[in-house]
Amino acid sequence: MGVLNEFFVLPFLDIAEAPLFFIEVIIGGLSAGVMYSLVALGFVLIFKASGVFNFAQGVLALFAALTLVGIMEWGVPAPVALLLTAAVMVGLAFAVERLVLRPLVNQEHIILFMSTIGLAYFLEGLGDTLWGSNVKKLDIGIPEQSFEIGGVLLNQFELVAAATAGTLVAVLAVFFHYTRVGRALRAVADDHQAALSVGIPLKTIWVIVWSVAGIVALVAGIMWGSKSGVQFSLSLIALKALPVLILGGFTSVPGAIVGGLIIGVGEKIGEVYWGPALGGAIENWFAYVLALMFLVFRPQGLFGEKIIERV
Amino acid sequence: MQMAAAKEAVAGAPLLTVNNIEVIYDHVILVLKGVSLEVPEGGVVALLGANGAGKTTTLKAISNLLRTERGEVTKGSIEFQGARVDSLSPNDLVKRGVIQVMEGRHCFEHLTVEENLLTGAYTRGGKRAEIDRDLQMVYGYFPRLKERRNAQAGYTSGGEQQMTAIGRALMSRPKMILLDEPSMGLAPQLVEEIFDIVKRLNQQEGVSILLAEQNTNIALKFATYGYILENGRVVMDGDAETLGSNEDVKEFYLGLSAGGRKSYRDVKHYKRRKRWLA
Repeated sequence: MGVLNEFFVLPFLDIAEAPLFFIEVIIGGLSAGVMYSLVALGFVLIFKASGVFNFAQGVLALFAALTLVGIMEWGVPAPVALLLTAAVMVGLAFAVERLVLRPLVNQEHIILFMSTIGLAYFLEGLGDTLWGSNVKKLDIGIPEQSFEIGGVLLNQFELVAAATAGTLVAVLAVFFHYTRVGRALRAVADDHQAALSVGIPLKTIWVIVWSVAGIVALVAGIMWGSKSGVQFSLSLIALKALPVLILGGFTSVPGAIVGGLIIGVGEKIGEVYWGPALGGAIENWFAYVLALMFLVFRPQGLFGEKIIERV
Repeated sequence: MQMAAAKEAVAGAPLLTVNNIEVIYDHVILVLKGVSLEVPEGGVVALLGANGAGKTTTLKAISNLLRTERGEVTKGSIEFQGARVDSLSPNDLVKRGVIQVMEGRHCFEHLTVEENLLTGAYTRGGKRAEIDRDLQMVYGYFPRLKERRNAQAGYTSGGEQQMTAIGRALMSRPKMILLDEPSMGLAPQLVEEIFDIVKRLNQQEGVSILLAEQNTNIALKFATYGYILENGRVVMDGDAETLGSNEDVKEFYLGLSAGGRKSYRDVKHYKRRKRWLA
């Protein structure tokens, strides 16, 4: 009885007792979720355009943030440094296409996947070598004051993060569905050779998609870096993005956002209300358990494309 | 090759000339051993032969999709409109007006039929009005695609996918389509329908066609000229009627023979002897 009580009664009593606190927990969860979504977005882009899970996406975010901090340390003003870093990410996209993807055209996806693992290690080392490995502070002037609306505590930083993610998603959704290049990206994801046969130049497409993913990684790197400092552990947020992707579907831009929010909110609520019953640290495993359940019951995720099989 | 020369005199300079090409896969596997052929402006030329004879490889050598499969043209030359094109990328070739419709359709499954068609216009940039007009032209030839325009291509029938693939190629405004095995896996009636449309495209839009086909019967009905490939070589070529009435072709590719049905063993022996000679 005691156990049942702790699981099914007490948490809800807590919620009913302090509804405002409950809302704050949800908002905390949403803001964490937005951060996961930002990372997951980069994965979705590359997966959509090449069917490859880009293991290096987390490191890409770290590398972008490191570069930004490094450039700012030279005394360059933030907006200029941002542009320079974006340029570096585009340059990186060219290099990745030329040195990694081009020699591997028409290879199995698993081989491309492995090449991104190699890329992850390479970028990690390169970032360390260029900019050093100590924890750095990143401040590009995102406001961080807290304020209250109707008794609920909000943070400006969280609002900025949410607005950024929302804008990114809207822009990307329009890009993928209504532009010539976006259509070509989806075509390449479906069938490399057929895309080649209608004259879509794979090289250009890959450079574009890695550039976009690099810039999304930059945004994610900025958000995470401003929140918790630029450090090596940033590359590990990729691990949190994985369950987000499984939940939202690997091929869906909105899915990455919704998946991130569900996981963010879920783990915060779990931690706060079910923590006592389960012994805490729920935040660390909640996402993975949820992802596991999705894998069993809905492997394409909430919004992912079904694998089409004609019989 | 006198016949090809005679043909050329009738139809004007050839649009495409393939001159004695040799194709090697993976640096060791010799697939084409000196294939030559010509496609005149506005012509429909058939490339016939059994599985593995080298039909697809010939088409891919022309469209340069070979390279992604680790294949390479090691000898000979390919000319389109009088200019060497053997080292151009598929992207450049499509811009010049040569596009391949691959065997097995290869539609973009998760894109709608209309989006599939639009990808075909990729190389033409953003000329909205022109592309819209061509889209209507494709729907004119394939009314069925218009009905299914918003369906995901992966969920359409085999015939619709073949039409989508051909329509997609048309959207690039090609001068020449390399059509690989359009009859594959389709009901005979549908095959007729598709070939009829292809013929009309050839006559009304002036698109030249190089057709690789195992279904010799229907291919010779629509083509004006044919080449027969065996084991990576051209073993025979001629006007469609000439080929269609040739005794060997009748026997090996059309399943007809003058002396009634022969026993399978005789045919097999005969065929084997012929192959060694060829």
